[in-house]
Amino acid sequence: MSEREIKKGVRALSPIDAYTLLPRTNCKECGEANCMAFAAKLVNREISLEGCPPLLKKEHEKEYKKLKEMLAPVIKEIVIGTGDRAVKIGGKLVMYRHEFTYHNPVSLAFEVTDDMPPRPRFSGEEALLDRVKKVDNFLYEYIGRELKLDMIAVRSTSNDPTTFRSAVGTVAEATEMPLILCSLDPNVVEAGLVAASGRRPLIYAATKENWKEMADLALMYDCPLTIFAPNDLSLLRSLSKTLIQYGVEDLVLDPGTFSDEGLSDTVNNFTMVRRNACKGGDELFGFPLIGTPITAWFSGKDSKEMLAWKEAYVAATLMTRYADVLIMHSLDGWTQLPLVIWKFNIYTDPRKPVSVDAELYTFGKPDEMSPVMLTTNYALTYFTVESDLKKFGGNYYLIVADTEGISVESAVAGRYLTAESIAEAVKKSAIAEKIKHNHLIIPGMAARLSGATEDELKNVGLPGWHVMVGPRDSSGIAKFLDEKWPPKEEE
Amino acid sequence: MEEEKEKERKAAARLAELLELLGLAGKGEIELEDVEFQIGELILQPSALAPSVLKAVTPPAVLAPLKVKPTKILEAPFNPFVQEYPGQIREVTFGATKSEGGSRGKTIVVGGATTPSLYLFEKTPPHPPVVTVDTFDMKVRLPKAIRTHVEEVWEDTAAWAKMAVDKWGAEMLTVHLLSTDPLIKDTSPAEAAKTVEEILQAVDVPLIIGGCGDPKKDAQVFTKVAEVAEGERVLLSSVTLDMDEAGVLEGVAKAAGKHGHLVLAFTALDLNRAKELNRKLCEYLPEGNIIMDLTTAALGYGLEYSFTIHERARMAALMGDSELQYPVLAGTTNAWAAREAWLKLGPEWEPRSLRGPIWETMTALTLLLAGVDVFMMMHPDAVKTIKKLIGQFMSRGNAKPEKIANWVDARIQRKNGV
Repeated sequence: MSEREIKKGVRALSPIDAYTLLPRTNCKECGEANCMAFAAKLVNREISLEGCPPLLKKEHEKEYKKLKEMLAPVIKEIVIGTGDRAVKIGGKLVMYRHEFTYHNPVSLAFEVTDDMPPRPRFSGEEALLDRVKKVDNFLYEYIGRELKLDMIAVRSTSNDPTTFRSAVGTVAEATEMPLILCSLDPNVVEAGLVAASGRRPLIYAATKENWKEMADLALMYDCPLTIFAPNDLSLLRSLSKTLIQYGVEDLVLDPGTFSDEGLSDTVNNFTMVRRNACKGGDELFGFPLIGTPITAWFSGKDSKEMLAWKEAYVAATLMTRYADVLIMHSLDGWTQLPLVIWKFNIYTDPRKPVSVDAELYTFGKPDEMSPVMLTTNYALTYFTVESDLKKFGGNYYLIVADTEGISVESAVAGRYLTAESIAEAVKKSAIAEKIKHNHLIIPGMAARLSGATEDELKNVGLPGWHVMVGPRDSSGIAKFLDEKWPPKEEE
Repeated sequence: MEEEKEKERKAAARLAELLELLGLAGKGEIELEDVEFQIGELILQPSALAPSVLKAVTPPAVLAPLKVKPTKILEAPFNPFVQEYPGQIREVTFGATKSEGGSRGKTIVVGGATTPSLYLFEKTPPHPPVVTVDTFDMKVRLPKAIRTHVEEVWEDTAAWAKMAVDKWGAEMLTVHLLSTDPLIKDTSPAEAAKTVEEILQAVDVPLIIGGCGDPKKDAQVFTKVAEVAEGERVLLSSVTLDMDEAGVLEGVAKAAGKHGHLVLAFTALDLNRAKELNRKLCEYLPEGNIIMDLTTAALGYGLEYSFTIHERARMAALMGDSELQYPVLAGTTNAWAAREAWLKLGPEWEPRSLRGPIWETMTALTLLLAGVDVFMMMHPDAVKTIKKLIGQFMSRGNAKPEKIANWVDARIQRKNGV
């Protein structure tokens, strides 16, 4: 089945493979110490080929091409949209996250339909512009990062080109977000392409019936094209071959998203497609995958909450199993929040350590009367506390105790955070030399260690220290300090 | 010379492909003279290339990849890339019936997998993953979304256990002997064992017995529980390398083995330590009595570390690492440690009565996809969803394409905010 030699896996690529194709002059124009250092960064995907100016010259054209091919991802990277909000999808180098790292986080697209009125005609009616605005304005701050939504999918429920053109035009004017134009009727899609001219939307979708007309549109308007072949991987593959031959280079694959009894097939289909591409060298499947959790809304009569619930877990499933784009309906915060967070998490670099250095950290410009707090060195714990402290502003000391990268609650339960280890961390931080009070604020989750900690502080040569029990969650620190800081000294 | 031949060979192959595309293969002799193929430049239409015009083949010397716009779908049948794995996850049996020396209504087998999780295209898993519900031997702090469901049984462990089994469909039950913590109530091993006996009376599903996390105290409690629950094949949750350092691991593991129980080998996101602990345990009790806990972090709070360590462990086990070929358990209830599961965040993120359980559901679901066999859970809606999903994931071939063929133009009832 393999249509080419299976590429050397990303992990098997050594700096030497890249080095031998570089100019090897150690000119340092790239900013690295030598060509070997550049090669190492190259195979680690920390730098791009274009960072080597000599390589771009005519005499190295052959080597440049070879390197480009060697470093190309198994899943093609495709750009949807234009400008700052354009998204890159695909570009995956590996099947499993632990093999390297996942690139280009899954894009979350939310649907609107062309039969929605631009503005509400009566109170309570959901209008096109309100929905677009809601997607556009979505924001959640998570460990200091801004999490957002990515795209708008405009569906034609009217199946009328004029109506679709008008709706797409309205949306295109209202937002810079990339668009997906959804209709199986080429005439309708073309009307949308005219309205979204210059925006490089993704076309959804080519099928067994309409592929030729859709391919012509994709070529004429230079847009990526989705192939929709529900639960039929042979058809999906055949259409991929056909469209590539036809000249369409940017494809997105949809093997169909089934939310109920077909969910198992969906997961297996997505897995098989990605696996054939990554492990079997199947170029016809070397394209991004699109999932449509929105189909949960058509899966039967149920309450709005139940359908949103179902859509959310289908989306989470496909995010984990290889989807590069998802089209969804629910704009409820309680379904979006877990999804944007999981999207952020699964696309972080697994080579990144689980823990931060256990030492004394400062926020703002703490002085001798600033509060001293303590937390554990689990990266997520630290970043959560850090982002809260930055949000509050103010001046603090934060002692990070070594719990072998375990969060507060688990560290207390598992004895990684004990009165002894807290006292040790306080002593090691040499905080006593920096301050004129003797109060330590420990996490609320470690409340039961407070008494023993005061005793242990004595044992390490810090007599007279008081342990204050802080909030159970760092979001409560500002309120806690308002009420309890500075401490009363009568004890 | 070699290169020249190779070019010719390729050219011939391309031409053959072209002819096939045009439906002209085997239809007599065809000649193409002095034709240079360039991408996008040349679009050959079958009608323009009638067989009569074309005679004997001379492959052109220079060939670029050929693009001919097809007029019908080019067949490219799909065959899944399947793999053979040298390793297999061991099977472990929870609980024992009367005839087996216990008193459970039935036993539950987990493990046995020979493929990555849910790769039904390679093989259907021999045993579905299972859900166990957490209960506690004392009143514990609970997020409101859970509290509303257990308010009436909050301080009655046996009643909580019965509700979890009878109403929520828990396939196993976990009782955490939290009160044994020397820093909490320091309940004695004998008293803790009594609680276990009560739960054994209250429900007839296999049990998991949780400790308080203090290595020495847990060892004492587990040893006593192992005795009184003789033959029941309960899972003692958990045993650790800290116990080994404290010199109590051997005793508790041997007690588990002697009285026919299982142990949960807990390590913190570190496969080398997991292997080390498993090696030690194998000296004291049979391999079939070990389950691993590789640490479950909440969604938003390190779930990606848990996900990846579980995928790595399963893959290493399948590739033949016998020290990792054990079923795995996930403390999915940890999902509630994420502030987003319970914290008031503002009206746009409400209701928390849904945000909490979806958090637990997604934490469990992610680890289900990574290969977890046993889920310790807490919220009834999360339990129900995960059980339903496990059921759906155990077979394939049920998708009905016609159901979604026209989703693109299907209407959704819209109200404000939906």
